[in-house]
Parts: sequence; structure tokens; C-alpha cells
Amino acid sequence: MTGTEVTGTEVTSTEMVKTTYREAMRDAIREALQRDDRVFLMGEDVGRYGGCFAVSLGLLAEFGPERIRDTPLSESAFVGAGIGAALAGMRPIVEIMTVNFSLLALDQIMNNAATLLHMSGGQCNVPLVIRMTTGAGRQVAAQHSHSLEGWYAHIPGIRVLAPATLADARGMLWTALQDPDPVLIFEHGSLYNMPGTLPADAGAVDIRSAAVRRAGTDVSLITYGGTLGTTCAAADALAGDGIDAEVVDLRSLRPLDDETISGSVARTHRAVVVDEGWRTGSLAAEVCARLMEQAFWDLDAPAERVCGAEVPMPYPRHLEEAALPRAEAIVAAARRAVGGGLT
Amino acid sequence: MSTAAAKALQPRAAHQRDLLRQMLAIRRFEDTCAELYSAGEIRGFVHLYIGEEAVAVGVSAALTADDSIVSTYRDHGHALARGLPLDSVMAEMYGKTTGCSRGRGGSMHLFDVSRRFYGGNAIVGGGLPLAVGIALADKLRGDSRVTACFFGDGAVAEGEFHECMNLAALWDLPVLFCCENNLYAMGTALVRAQAQTDLALRAGSYGMPAWPVDGMDVLAVEHAARSAVGAVRAGGGPHFLELRTYRFRAHSMYDPELYRDKSEVQEWKKRDPVALLAGRLRDSGECTDAEFQAMSDELTAEIDAAIAAARAAPVEPVADLTRFVYHPEPK
Ligand SMILES: Cc1ncc(C[n+]2csc(CCOP(=O)(O)OP(=O)(O)O)c2C)c(N)n1
Ligand SMILES: [Mg+2]
Repeated sequence: MTGTEVTGTEVTSTEMVKTTYREAMRDAIREALQRDDRVFLMGEDVGRYGGCFAVSLGLLAEFGPERIRDTPLSESAFVGAGIGAALAGMRPIVEIMTVNFSLLALDQIMNNAATLLHMSGGQCNVPLVIRMTTGAGRQVAAQHSHSLEGWYAHIPGIRVLAPATLADARGMLWTALQDPDPVLIFEHGSLYNMPGTLPADAGAVDIRSAAVRRAGTDVSLITYGGTLGTTCAAADALAGDGIDAEVVDLRSLRPLDDETISGSVARTHRAVVVDEGWRTGSLAAEVCARLMEQAFWDLDAPAERVCGAEVPMPYPRHLEEAALPRAEAIVAAARRAVGGGLT
Repeated sequence: MSTAAAKALQPRAAHQRDLLRQMLAIRRFEDTCAELYSAGEIRGFVHLYIGEEAVAVGVSAALTADDSIVSTYRDHGHALARGLPLDSVMAEMYGKTTGCSRGRGGSMHLFDVSRRFYGGNAIVGGGLPLAVGIALADKLRGDSRVTACFFGDGAVAEGEFHECMNLAALWDLPVLFCCENNLYAMGTALVRAQAQTDLALRAGSYGMPAWPVDGMDVLAVEHAARSAVGAVRAGGGPHFLELRTYRFRAHSMYDPELYRDKSEVQEWKKRDPVALLAGRLRDSGECTDAEFQAMSDELTAEIDAAIAAARAAPVEPVADLTRFVYHPEPK
């Protein structure tokens, strides 16, 4: 069962509606607010301003300032308050403008949200959802552009999600809110304007499994979030060369769906992991390590990584582009894997 | 201003004309940046200081070249008032190697350590600890420098602000905290973000002298800054100025401004800091309309030249992508 199937062949009778990633996310928040009166949204500029990426635009008028709650610039305080409210029975959705600013709340996320359950001997679970924007691509330089979801995926006690499709933008939030533990949702800033269609009754999706976005036989391109599009473009380019690439979207970065990942590599025997985060100690490194542990005998070539360059993001466009995983680099890595492999 | 004109004027009038010129330079520079942004020539996040020029210019006038400055992402005004060459700031907007941060930083990260300008920091409140540390170094070495730290009203809600107020006061550090209270943190009005909106009162609770200043009047800002800087330099410990000002433009280049009334903006524009000083100098005969126009034309020419130079300047080669990650650079 994969997340995509919810909006794929199983749903046949409903009408399709045009939407964007941003609107899908907004619809998900609206639905949560309508279905569960314990849910509220809180964060900087989510109300009057409409959200720094306009995700919550219009929700203040619909739900009022108690449930669409503007906060001061106090990341540690309002994330911590979200944890407290969750402990006390609410279902907060906390929005942090970008992952770089989440570092001001890292203490609360790591030392409280992820830890309370264990150190209370199972008494204090934290049913909290934290959403934040991640990633580069808008020339906003070295304090606004990073992909630190891999760091968060290091932390036991939280779930880390990366919706890369409209269906996941629409469907992950509700499922995350049903989870008894803290869930972090990373929305890549380049995705908000992504257009497409969804069934009118699109809703919850599973948040446990990876999804095969494109089936192939020659090489597994494994990625998530903002680089799914680039990776699919690379798969198209490879098809032109007669290389049939499979594309795996991780969807859940913690826990990882080992079965889907290893299953894909068992079919293709080659893997290229694409990750916008810095290479050293990256999520891509974790995926490669697991392939070594779990799929070593299936591999016909060393697993490849295409990651972000190890540099705080420079401002100029040409340097930012050079710092990010590009389709050409993915294609080259896939060719190396296929060409260098055993036959 | 031309040297001939400077000689002919009384020192006071010459000084005020210089303040006017500096404010006008920031205004023209940023009007131009808005156009260049719309034309796609400069990118990223660009936060305009238009309406707040009196703060940077008035505070900078009270500092010596040996003092230090820490700025925010809304840093064009602070940088130009500090005397960073207009060319180098413009080139930074273009991401060129001739920029003050070699193009690596862009609008939000202007740096010039040769002028003790320790940068545009784009994490709200993130500059305050740096300012405390720079002042600590000065104190440990027995230097008589002052560090001026600019930040917005929004930063006052951050934990880092309060930690820094306490540390600076506890250790008696030579910092001038310059809070630019423009009544909004992005779309969040001061009254909806601060339980106590009297920001000087809050700073005062840490035991440092703190008072509000009319941030639209450059002479009032300069006067307040001179007395605060003097006291800090004399060993009086940190001081705090709440500079009451207003941003005339959007928070950044994308902002539908749903959170404030147009009439409120219009009201504040009546106290435009550039017009305010220009009007005074016109009334006293110290800067006629014709002289103002000449000043403006001169600045336009300077900015045009800076744009031409920035366009022609080289970008860093992609091969150098990972430079400046460690120092000295590993081979
Ligand atoms: C820690 C952190 N949180 C959020 C942001 C996003 N942000 C950038 S500027 C800003 C408003 C800051 O307001 P204020 O301090 O009053 O300065 P102003 O922009 O008014 O000059 C916000 C929320 C940020 N850069 N850093
Ligand atoms: Mg402000």
C-alpha cells in the first residue's frame, strides 16, 4: 500500500479538481480544524499576514484568532507551548516559517517533544504536528535555504515527513494529527506553486510507507521532497538513453520504509540516492548504509549519492544552482551505476 | 556635497546637509533596488528601509570610524550610513565579486569588516549576541570602542534579546542597543506581539538607561545617540534607544500588506524623515530647492554608475563554489 494509491487507481468515481500544493496544504489544515475542535494553528504571521508562504491565507476569517493564532517572534516559546498544549489534550499544528528558524526551537523539539514520553516512563506522549518550510532555490542565501530534515530524522521519538506531491500535501496532515507522537512535516519552498489535480474527496494518506513514483528495472533513484521533480526529470532523460529508472519517494524520513527501498533495489540492483541536504552525515548516507546492511547482495554497483554541496548557501543564482542536486548529476550517477555494474 | 559649498556653509548647516544627503542616498538607492528587483536584475529577499533612514543616519553620525556596527537583514541603510561604498553595496545586490561580501551574501548579508560593519544578520535577534561579544572583546582589551547593534521591535520577543540585555548589563559592556520600532514585525503589529509595548521600559528593567526617540527626526536621533554613545564610551555600560519609526514599503518584496491600513501609511508619510529635514533646511535657507535637486541628481548619477559597474563586474566561477567555508582555506 502506498500513499499515491489513495489518489490513484482506487479512486475512480470522484470528480477531479484543480489545485496547487499550497492550496492542498491549506485544505488539509481547514479540514483538520473542521473535524477536530482540539486542533488549532499557531505560528508567526499565520493569521493577519496569511502565512509567510500564504498557506493559511483566509483561514483567520474562517476560524478566528483563537484557532488561527499569530505568535510573536518566539520560536522556542511557541513550539514549547505547542508541546505543552498537546500534553494537555489539544492537537496543535505549529508552523515555523523556515527550517533555519526552527533551530531556535531545537531545544524544545529535541529535549522535550522527542524525549518526554521516554523520560516519563511512557506517561507523557506529545501528539503535536510541526510544519515548516525547507530547502533552497529562491536565492535567499545562507540563513534561509537549508535542508535540515536529515538532522531531525536523527532523533528517536519524532516522525519526519516530506510531502512531495499534491496528494501528500493534502493527506499527510490528518494522519499526522492522529499520531500519538510528534510529527514534523517539511514542505519544500519550491513546491508551493506546483499545480495539478486531486479528487474532490481527497483526504488522509498513510505516513509510514515510501512510494514508487515511477516503475523501472535498471536503477533505483531514491529521493524525497523538493528533489522528487528533479529526479523524475532525470529518469525521463535516462529513458531517452534506454535506461529504465525506478523513482522511489521516501515520504517518511523517520522511520524509513526499508521494505520499499530494499524491494526496489532488489529489482534494479543499482541505487542513486538524491538529497538536497549536505552530503556528510546526510539522510542519503543513512539510506546508503541501510542498503549496505539490507541489500548488499542485491547490488551490482556501489550505491551513488547526489547531495547538496557542503557550503552555506551562496546568494548568486549560478552558485546556488551549482550547490543543489541537478538532473544532469543524477543522470551521470545513474549511468555510472548502470555502466559500472556487473552484467 | 561639493567642497566649495561645504566651505561656504556654517559647520552646523554643512553637517545637516550631509545628513540629508546620506538619507537621500539611501532613499534613492532603495527606490532603484525596487525597480531592479521588478526587472529581475536582483533577487532573493530584499527588505527596504524607506521611511527609516533617519535612524541609521542619525546613529551613525554619533559613532566614530573605530566603533563597530551589527545590523539586520534590513541593512542597506545601516551599510550606506556607515560609509560602505555605494558601488560595493550595489555589486552585492547583483551577486558580483566586487560586492562587499563578494556576492555571497546578497541584500540581507552586507559585510565590511574594514569598516567594522559586522553584517546583515537574517535571523531575527541573531545579531545581538554578536554585538555583546564584540563589546566584550573591546572591554577585555581596554579599547574605548562602542558597538551599535540594530534590531527591530519584533526581535524584542525573542529569547536571545532578553539573554543579551541581561548579559550586557551584568558585564557592563559597551553596547548601544538600537531598537528600530517600526510598529510591525512582518505582518504582526506591536500590540499583538508584545504584552508590554513600551520597549524602553522593558530594556530599563535590565538596569540600563533606555529611552524612546523620535526616529523620524534625524537630528533628534543624532542628539540621543550622541549622548548615549558618550555615556557608553565613558564606561556607563550598555544603553538602549527605542527609535520610533515606520516602514513605508512592504516588509520585503512580496507582501500584500493585509495587516495595516493605507491611511496609517499615509499618516506616517507626512513625517517622512527626508522631507522633514529637507523642509527645515529649505526654510532656513540652508538648502534651496535647486540645491536639493542638484544633490539628488548627483546621487542619481552615482547610482547609475554603480549599476553599470555592477552589471559589468564578474561573478565568481562555479569552481570556487565551496570557498569561504573554512579559513584559512584548506588546499
Ligand atoms: C528567528 C527568525 N524568525 C522569523 C524570521 C522571519 N522574519 C524575518 S523579518 C521578520 C520580522 C521582524 O520584525 P522586526 O524585528 O520588527 O524588524 P523589521 O522587519 O520590522 O525591521 C520575520 C518574522 C526570521 N528571519 N528569523
Ligand atoms: Mg519591526
